[in-house]
Amino acid sequence: MRVQRLPQKSGNGVLADDVDLSLIEPLIQKYKGKKGNLIPLLQGVQSVYGYIPRAAFERLADETGLTLSDMYGVATFYAQFRLSPVGKHIIKVCHGTACHVQGADAISLALKEALKVNDGETTPDKLFTLETVACLGCCSLAPVMMIDEETYGKLTGSSAVKIVKEIKIKETQQKG
Amino acid sequence: MAETKVIVGLGSCGIAAGANKVYNKFKELKEADNLDFELAKTSCIGMCFREPLVEVVDENGSMIYGDVDEEKAIDIIQQHVLGHNPIKEYVVKTDQFETPDQTYFDGQVKIALRNCGYIDPENIHEYEARGGYQALKKLAHESITPEQVIQTIIDSGLRGRGGGGFPTGMKWRFARANQSDEKYIICNADEGDPGAFMDRSLLEGDPHAVIEGMIIGAYAIGANQGVIYCRAEYPLAIKRLNIALDQAREHGYLGKNIMGIQGFNLDIYIKEGAGAFVCGEETALMASIEGKRGMPSKRPPFPAEKGLWQRPSNINNVETFANVPYIVANGPESYNKYGTEKSKGTKVFALTGKIKHGGLVEVPMGTPLRDIIYKLGGGIQNDKKFKAVQLGGPSGGCIPEHLIDIQVDYEQVNATGAIMGSGGMVVMDETTCMVDVARFFLDFTQKESCGKCTFCRIGTKRMLEILTRITEGEGQEGDIEKLEELALQVKESSLCGLGQTAPNPVLTTIKYFRHEYEAHIRDKKCPAHSCTKLLTYEIDPNKCTGCTVCAVKCPVKAIDGERKKVHHINQDICIKCGDCYNNCRFDAITKN
Repeated sequence: MRVQRLPQKSGNGVLADDVDLSLIEPLIQKYKGKKGNLIPLLQGVQSVYGYIPRAAFERLADETGLTLSDMYGVATFYAQFRLSPVGKHIIKVCHGTACHVQGADAISLALKEALKVNDGETTPDKLFTLETVACLGCCSLAPVMMIDEETYGKLTGSSAVKIVKEIKIKETQQKG
Repeated sequence: MAETKVIVGLGSCGIAAGANKVYNKFKELKEADNLDFELAKTSCIGMCFREPLVEVVDENGSMIYGDVDEEKAIDIIQQHVLGHNPIKEYVVKTDQFETPDQTYFDGQVKIALRNCGYIDPENIHEYEARGGYQALKKLAHESITPEQVIQTIIDSGLRGRGGGGFPTGMKWRFARANQSDEKYIICNADEGDPGAFMDRSLLEGDPHAVIEGMIIGAYAIGANQGVIYCRAEYPLAIKRLNIALDQAREHGYLGKNIMGIQGFNLDIYIKEGAGAFVCGEETALMASIEGKRGMPSKRPPFPAEKGLWQRPSNINNVETFANVPYIVANGPESYNKYGTEKSKGTKVFALTGKIKHGGLVEVPMGTPLRDIIYKLGGGIQNDKKFKAVQLGGPSGGCIPEHLIDIQVDYEQVNATGAIMGSGGMVVMDETTCMVDVARFFLDFTQKESCGKCTFCRIGTKRMLEILTRITEGEGQEGDIEKLEELALQVKESSLCGLGQTAPNPVLTTIKYFRHEYEAHIRDKKCPAHSCTKLLTYEIDPNKCTGCTVCAVKCPVKAIDGERKKVHHINQDICIKCGDCYNNCRFDAITKN
């Protein structure tokens, strides 16, 4: 069932409420009092922070009159919403039908092994979050994954791992 | 003005294959030497298997190049654009000579996809130049009444392309019959079917066609507000829709008294979905627009009476709307001359899976399945044996090889136990395990069940447990019967389409591939060599040359061995991805 997608513990020890709430002020003003505003509000908050922090839920409740239970009900129903922080890069491995028959499982397994994380988890260095998605609509290039806005097609386990490693190398070079 | 035009296909598929790099290369070359040609963008013409695609149009006509990369871009500029000497071996489509890929277009009739790949989707003038908004203008100029529009659509025989196949004109008539000061026309662009991408391609390639279809629909049913419910996973489609909506407003196709028709007011906005398959169902979709959990509700009342915000509403799929302007502009006969007795017109299919030429095709209803797979699709990858084709996604089923000569229309597809659905065709070969396919779909529907109905919530979970057990070699006698019984219960006791159709992939695979289930349960074997728990990869020491390719390709470093000596697979680490098997040039790796 849908709500089982929620991670059992949120925050991973990160101070989940340590966010600048003024960033969502324009969003609140835009949608305040409008009917059907709940999902766009949550989507807006997530695009600001990458996830929906608890403090943001509380702020939305104060400002818009939406109840916390309604908001959590919706946020836990839809696959799009995250309640804990994510890594800098989000790896979405497509598990649509076309990708499945072309070996998407092998891609996920190889990435899990290389990054040492499970589905939905973030690497300890906060660089990558690994996610499984139902279909990216690039079925003719299956198997496919999407990292941030970039889509990569016709993957194998090793080519997927190579792409991720290259991003990691770039990141370390930038730091150094 | 430049005589030569270079057009790069920038659909999501093209971009994934590297089309942005190709576009930038052309731009760089053009600017560096101040070359005299026009650089333009379009979307995908459906030939996804040859992406990135680049079309060169000059005084001699059009040539489309496939598999273009940055190096080929340089060649195209030097030889074709500057040297006027087309590079024939790269050409995939032209009207000047036959190409090996020409068969992909033979037999296609493009109505819904009429502009995809031919226009810049971000430029309203290019849509208008190909007859766009003519249907809407015709309504005003010829004083056509809403009832006449509805009759035209009924006469055309157009049926809902989202999968249900309900006559569109009838649906509009019901919505028209209910009076209200607020009425909604809604476009279902949630396309959640894994394996289907025709809606994405249409929205990316020809957003105005969908918008014009909605405007005509709104006129017919008397709606004054429009909503496009689009998947958030389709950012490019949303971006292009927003551009198209702004342009439609600027040109007076949306707004007040549209085309001078007094009292015909309409605006359309986009509502981004948030990732829930069940929201493709009408009542769940409307709940989601209202900001609630996307749970379906009981009908009646039907949306035509009480839909969005309790007002009369009408929901159609993207492809349905894209057909509407064509039908209104050209008359119902232009459409119903194609197709079979009860299924009229054309249908777009997304051909994917183990097929050589994967992409989008639009063919008249009634085209033989064999033609779609072998003529258009070019047959099976690596010339393996065709096993089945999955139609209709998680609500559909598998059509086995011996039924490949059916003519694809609603009736004949339904008779097999599959459904037309939105038109995703996933081709499977001898290496695809049918039990695993059933498990895959059950896993999907189980996760996507909204949880409202007990049988859908728990029944699909129990079915998934049984299927998982079977694919892991733990199947028991009686499992097949248990699956069949549960399937019937889930079908009969669920409120919405998701639950009612969830068992279909299981039922059709049992119907046509019962022996595969039995092999898993009795012999603990996967005949397709696909279920990883029942597989081991081993290296044949007599054939291994120690070339190290397998060890290099292994993503988890499960293979060790010195160069030029026999290698060894560590079974504890092996994730059974098959990369070694696929890359070994000496047939030294066996799969058991």
